[in-house]
Amino acid sequence: MAANTLNLLVADLLSGRIRIVDLTQTLSSDFPQIALPPEFGQCWPFRLEEISRYDDRGPAWYWNNFSCGEHTGTHFDAPIHWISGRDLPNNSTDTVPVQHLLGAACVIDCSREAGADADYLLTVDRVRQWESVHGRIPPRSWVLMRTDWSKRTDPVLYQNYDETGQHTPGPAAEVVRFLVDDRDVVGFGTEAIGTDAGQGYHLKPPYPCHYFMHGAGRYGLQCLTNLDQLPPTGSVIFCPPLKIKHGSGSPIRALALVPA
Amino acid sequence: MTGPLTRPKRKNPVLRTRLPLLPPWQRSRAALGLTACAALGRFELQTCRACGAVQYPPREACHSCLSGELEWRLQDGAGELIAETTIHHSNDSFFRERLPWRLGMVRLDAGPTVVVHLHGACAPAPSRVRVNTRLDKAGQGVLVAFPPEEVQNMANDKQLREMTCDPRFRKVLVTDGKTAVGQSLVRAVIGAGADLVWVGFAEPWKKFPGLQEIAALPQVTLIPLDVTDSKSIRTQAGEIGGRVDILINNAEVHRTHGIASRAGIEAARAEMDVNYFGLLRLAQEFGPALKSRGADGQSSATAWVNLLSVYALSNFPAHGTFSASKAAALSLAQCLRAEMRPAGIRVINVFPGPIDDEWNQALPPPKLGAQALARAVVAALQDGVEDVYPGDVAQEWLERFRENPKVLERELAGMAG
Repeated sequence: MAANTLNLLVADLLSGRIRIVDLTQTLSSDFPQIALPPEFGQCWPFRLEEISRYDDRGPAWYWNNFSCGEHTGTHFDAPIHWISGRDLPNNSTDTVPVQHLLGAACVIDCSREAGADADYLLTVDRVRQWESVHGRIPPRSWVLMRTDWSKRTDPVLYQNYDETGQHTPGPAAEVVRFLVDDRDVVGFGTEAIGTDAGQGYHLKPPYPCHYFMHGAGRYGLQCLTNLDQLPPTGSVIFCPPLKIKHGSGSPIRALALVPA
Repeated sequence: MTGPLTRPKRKNPVLRTRLPLLPPWQRSRAALGLTACAALGRFELQTCRACGAVQYPPREACHSCLSGELEWRLQDGAGELIAETTIHHSNDSFFRERLPWRLGMVRLDAGPTVVVHLHGACAPAPSRVRVNTRLDKAGQGVLVAFPPEEVQNMANDKQLREMTCDPRFRKVLVTDGKTAVGQSLVRAVIGAGADLVWVGFAEPWKKFPGLQEIAALPQVTLIPLDVTDSKSIRTQAGEIGGRVDILINNAEVHRTHGIASRAGIEAARAEMDVNYFGLLRLAQEFGPALKSRGADGQSSATAWVNLLSVYALSNFPAHGTFSASKAAALSLAQCLRAEMRPAGIRVINVFPGPIDDEWNQALPPPKLGAQALARAVVAALQDGVEDVYPGDVAQEWLERFRENPKVLERELAGMAG
């Protein structure tokens, strides 16, 4: 039975009945990284240094060394990333159960709201409204907040700083608790630089998506793109982090399987 | 008389660029003492501790009493021009391209008679002149006679300009326009007559006070430039490298930690990445272009300025990792100087004491203001010196370092937070 499911999947992939959508931003030094106050430690941006390029450093081969933080580019947050999840079992990139890394996605389209208000916060009411149209969020789903923020290809607009800091959309505190406690989601994904809103520091608790999701052993995905190519329900995402020992996260190649 | 400098005609892009040549650069070990003081913009001569005789040219022993106890002492340079000549023919390739060239002999009031490059504004011999040192195109100390009083357009003398790096009518790259120091540097080189200033800025999404005002200046072009990003530097070197006459690298990261006050290496690594590797990346990408234009007419490529720190001389433990990164940068800057010398490009190292910025917030005054630092950089370019220690703190540290590096090390150890 299960073997037949996989055969059908492969057949549908080959015939194009199932499409694979790349949810990943390109890793390059042009893509911005999260910024903290300068006295704190900083996440490295992506950097590439050439080892050789068919030259005296290596005559027949081209390759690079790259450097980046665990939280650079499109990336996965493990529960150990936040203090609330630090003592949970299987909370780091090398120990998260791989079964959690492939799952159904519910995509909530907040692009209109985020377009009107960069500080837009997803609420419980908005999720219930989505459910009234698309059905209740199934247990162990990923919830992806589509904002079309990834269409801001200019890093200045993507980061969207002003005198009061960063302004990007994210979830309100209550909705994170709702998704964890009442809907049992696997994780939450966004298009902006973090799973929390740019002004998430001022919420209670600060950075509620990190606090509650990771505190409950759930995951985060951020800097996603192409969420506008996913249906509200019916897609499957695949988002495994690098198997870094005791890692708190990792850049990923996030993919979605979508019915054509 | 020296006239006002006129803006050179635009370069004809299909003509060959003249190769940089150097004047004769061989010196004895003793004669390098003159280079050492010229690098600091000072005029010193060997003085005998035994008999008090002042001598020139430098040698191993006193010309009067044969004592080996010689020390370099500061001179005021006053003297009498007793003979002069204008060279119209030379077998030296460097001077052949720059003829005619005026030379003279000056009897210094201090005693010795010296051969000098003669500034165009000096009255015919016999006349009073003031002798000072300059570094020539080869980076070696030479003597120049100036008129006793400042005259108009003195810096524009054709011979003098072969020894200085005047920003007038030149194109300058300031690598970091985000900071008060960077913005002061931009304004100062514009004030000194720079034609065009490229101003680098990293992480454009962060708001930097003052950058928009700088961008509004007609001479300024903002360019995205991040010295931690090889690709960014390669791109800019490709686009503007062949036009940069003066590169001022002021990009720096400064955190206020020793070893014990900060766990891990992240802050120290960020300092090294910008302060040391940033210089290396810039030098690899921009260096070749500058070297190829060392003799490219009146507005040739001429100088590379590094913003170092007086902490590069001896570690200031309270800012220990920063000191180490600047010491690394100083060492690399010496390598850069050696590699740029054949092209006649001067590498100027600036060693300020604490700058009056947010990272030195907790240090008591005196602290060096951004504008004072920028003025010192421009003066160094105009005078063509190699090492600049702007401000009282830097001067004092330099004196203590020259007197006894070990004593300074122990004193600084006592200042560890």
